[in-house]
Amino acid sequence: MDVGDPLFRTEFAVDVVDLFLAILTAPLLSGWIGTCRAVLSNRTPAGVFQPFWDLLRLFRKEVILPEHTSFLFRAVPFGVFGILSVSALFIPLLNIRPLLGPVADVVVLIGLFSLVRMLMAFGAMDAGTPFGDLGARREMMVGFLAEPATLMILFTVSLWSGSTSLSRIIQSLLSSSDPVHPSLMFALMAYILVFLAENGRLPIDNPATHLELTMIHEAMILEYSGPLLGMMEWSAHLKLFLYLLIGIDFFFPAGLPAELSPPAVILGIFLLIGKLMAAGTALAIVEILFAKLRIFRVPEFTALAYLLASIGFLIHFVLEV
Amino acid sequence: MFLLSILLSPLIGAFVMGFVGHTKAASRLNILFSFLTFGATFLLAWNVFANGPLVGLDEQLFADGFSAIFIVLTGGIGATTSLFSHRYMAIEKSRGHLTGEKQRLYLSLYQVFLLTMLVVLVSNNLGLLWVSLEGATLTTVLLVAWSRTPESVKAAWKYFILCGVGIAQALFGTILLYFASEKTLGPGGTALLWTHLAAVKHTLEPTVIGLAFVFFIVGYGTKVGLVPLHNWLPDAHAEGPAPISAVLSGLLLNVALYAILRIKVLADGSLHNPLTAHLLMGFGLLSVLLGSLSMWKRQDIKRLFAYSSIEHMGLATFAFGLGGPMGSFAGLLHMTAHSLIKSSIFFVVGHIVQTSGSQKIPEIRDVALRTPSLARALLIGGLAVTGIPPFAIFASEFLILSVAVRRAPWSLPLLLLAIIVTFGVLYFRIQEMNGESGRSLSFPNEKPKITFYPIWIHFGLAFLIGLFFTHELGRLYGLALHSIGLTNG
Amino acid sequence: MAPHPHLLANHLVGMLGSALLLSAFANLAMRRLTSLVRIFALQGLLLTASTLAVAILSSETHLLFSALFTFIFKVVLLPTILFRLMNRLHIQGEVESLVNVPSTMVIGLGIVVFSFTLAAPISELASTVSKGLIGVGLASLLLSFLMMITRRKALTQLLGFLGMENALFFSAINATYGMPMVVELGVAFDVLVGTFVFGIFFFQIRETFESLDLKHMDSSSLE
Repeated sequence: MDVGDPLFRTEFAVDVVDLFLAILTAPLLSGWIGTCRAVLSNRTPAGVFQPFWDLLRLFRKEVILPEHTSFLFRAVPFGVFGILSVSALFIPLLNIRPLLGPVADVVVLIGLFSLVRMLMAFGAMDAGTPFGDLGARREMMVGFLAEPATLMILFTVSLWSGSTSLSRIIQSLLSSSDPVHPSLMFALMAYILVFLAENGRLPIDNPATHLELTMIHEAMILEYSGPLLGMMEWSAHLKLFLYLLIGIDFFFPAGLPAELSPPAVILGIFLLIGKLMAAGTALAIVEILFAKLRIFRVPEFTALAYLLASIGFLIHFVLEV
Repeated sequence: MFLLSILLSPLIGAFVMGFVGHTKAASRLNILFSFLTFGATFLLAWNVFANGPLVGLDEQLFADGFSAIFIVLTGGIGATTSLFSHRYMAIEKSRGHLTGEKQRLYLSLYQVFLLTMLVVLVSNNLGLLWVSLEGATLTTVLLVAWSRTPESVKAAWKYFILCGVGIAQALFGTILLYFASEKTLGPGGTALLWTHLAAVKHTLEPTVIGLAFVFFIVGYGTKVGLVPLHNWLPDAHAEGPAPISAVLSGLLLNVALYAILRIKVLADGSLHNPLTAHLLMGFGLLSVLLGSLSMWKRQDIKRLFAYSSIEHMGLATFAFGLGGPMGSFAGLLHMTAHSLIKSSIFFVVGHIVQTSGSQKIPEIRDVALRTPSLARALLIGGLAVTGIPPFAIFASEFLILSVAVRRAPWSLPLLLLAIIVTFGVLYFRIQEMNGESGRSLSFPNEKPKITFYPIWIHFGLAFLIGLFFTHELGRLYGLALHSIGLTNG
Repeated sequence: MAPHPHLLANHLVGMLGSALLLSAFANLAMRRLTSLVRIFALQGLLLTASTLAVAILSSETHLLFSALFTFIFKVVLLPTILFRLMNRLHIQGEVESLVNVPSTMVIGLGIVVFSFTLAAPISELASTVSKGLIGVGLASLLLSFLMMITRRKALTQLLGFLGMENALFFSAINATYGMPMVVELGVAFDVLVGTFVFGIFFFQIRETFESLDLKHMDSSSLE
């Protein structure tokens, strides 16, 4: 496709819009989840825009760096945010054929997310405090345990299209005539578990806790303050949003616009908002219902995810070929 | 309606025992019903051998020469065991181990057990065969746990769980068999009928049948006590009352092997490879070896003979694996001889345990001084079961070895090793028990009245078969085996 | 090409089969005894539903009876008996396991792979609408078997036994539209009697060992 091509320009424009939408909607989604949780546990919600005000407040503060930190400590928030933003370019939001889609398939995406995790661990360890260390180690452990399950889910899903490219997967899912896929149901269940583990939600990690001994994510960003903390928080929102988006793309792709005509796009936007809100509500319900697991139970949790994904993978060969 | 008549007697017997089993006369009534059953089975067998196979009850029931052999064996040993159990239970009662309620449970379950085994033998429907074999398990589980000691409850639980698991595999095998036969025979009633299956066995899908046979041999093999699925057998034999050990060893193991052989006929027709033969030989040889080696250093007399049962069932299985007219005949003869001799040995052992008050071999001494005739019976039983001529086991073991020389020479050293180990162990054990302890003997105040009829009937039959009737039996068995196609290969 | 409602029912059968497999795994993962009995009732419900679905798909009317029968027997009767048994004997608390849960899961996964491989050639020969599920039935059978050998309490072994029977029934339905009626009734009768025998046993074991934990039975070994 030529750079001067009008179609290219439309797609380019849509992609840019997609990126900004993702970055801006991410805190909103967190706000929505927070609101749902508050309502469900009979508290007065702080409002959907609360994460924005929090971010704004953080960005207004001055940067205070802990002693003995290196350049790495300051670079990590930018790196994390940057990588996540780039990942957003690969994940279809409205345009199921993002221009950068062919550059990266799902495996690369998982690699990018691992890179993010590693950078955060570096940042946490750079400060040299015991809590940062502890959080980093735990985060690496959870990630290490969840990764096999994640890959298995991706393989199950990509069995459908015979490709690991996100847009191909979505296209083949959209064009499939079967109403339900047993293998995908298993993959979905596994994905929910992986999602909870990867994003530090209950029952693996409580995003709202500041109890030092149980926290994972919060322990890692304990030394950050001001705008740097803001970047880290925003990255967390973005990561949550992207994971949710992948889930929607894989398991509920219906309604994604097959081509970029205005009515289809508008319908797609509304459907997407609906799906995101529904997913957020579901997440809030899960978090209300389950207590945090002891950290030693995490392997069991991720083993379950791996198991479900593998069953889905196997079921595909038995029932769906 | 010959077929139904042999089931009628134990069925009525079970109900009658359920109502009057606690009364004094019940035990004699039990003998009566068991002998009625024996009479009916004998007539049935006579009829089958004279006039050919019988089919009845909408083709669900069926008897040919092969099953007639087992039917008459079951009826006969069921009858003699009822004689023994009358005496055995009388002794238990005189010692206060037996209440009316327990007697009722025992007697009615005894009849149900005979019923289920006869149903297995006359059922043409392989599904019904499964159902009644499972029924036999359930009945005997309660009988094994009958004395309610912790050991017996443990043994019964183990028996129940292992056989339950095993028999579930056999049901999967049945499903697979039905799956294969449904293609040719169509869905519905006839696709599990053995007679119909045997007619179309060449058209059955080999892949499915091969897999089904594996499930069958694992499932029913658990009940035969084939190593490594034998774990329940020694416990159940050791902890159940002696008459039950006798019928378990003498009948139930046979009936389970009978079921495997029925399936083997079908599988051989469908498969064009020696899979079934290899499986039977493998399981059989393993059982022979492990059974005989485990007899070494057994401290419990009933357990000792239970391991000997594993060994002998293994030998019979191995013989059927060798196949051919001679191999199959040897296997069948071995099963017959073993039923007769082993059940009789359990009669002897039951009385020995009653007179000496312990099952532990080191505590059983002076049998020869206390009850000389029991000591004689034990010695003869030991000689008979280890294959000393002229008892029938000698004939069958000799045949098996001579077929093995031709068909599987590599197995010969293993078989000989097992047979020699068994002989040595049993001989020394029996000498120990019969021998004197040097302690001064204190006889119990009353000497229990022991019955010898069933014991000598069994030994006598085994003796006669071994000495005179091998040839006649050979003709009869050969015909039976040939008619169902077990002589091929 | 099958008409649309059939396609839906076909997928439904697939879903129900997968759910059955999942419930077999849930049996392995659960820690509370009461949840195990609930899962058993749920399995009964799944069986009923899948029998119904297969009956509609294949228009085999006798399967409707099977479905009704399964419902009465496995959803109503047996769970009721089990719950009453648990009340009478005051059985409650946690499952005790010889192998820890994640390891059992991994073994279970191996079992699934094994059974799917084993069943693949058979499925190809099948002519039923839901032939792919034969492997699922075999896998559930072996998973229940796994539960029986890795769990310690008497009740868990009973539930494993019943789970095996469920799996067998499921295989029969999907491989051959069920066994002949007389066999099915016979099997059901055996299972019912078996459950009663188990019940009698519970009382006997409790009487003799004052516990339903089978480790007391191991402690004084049988030689």
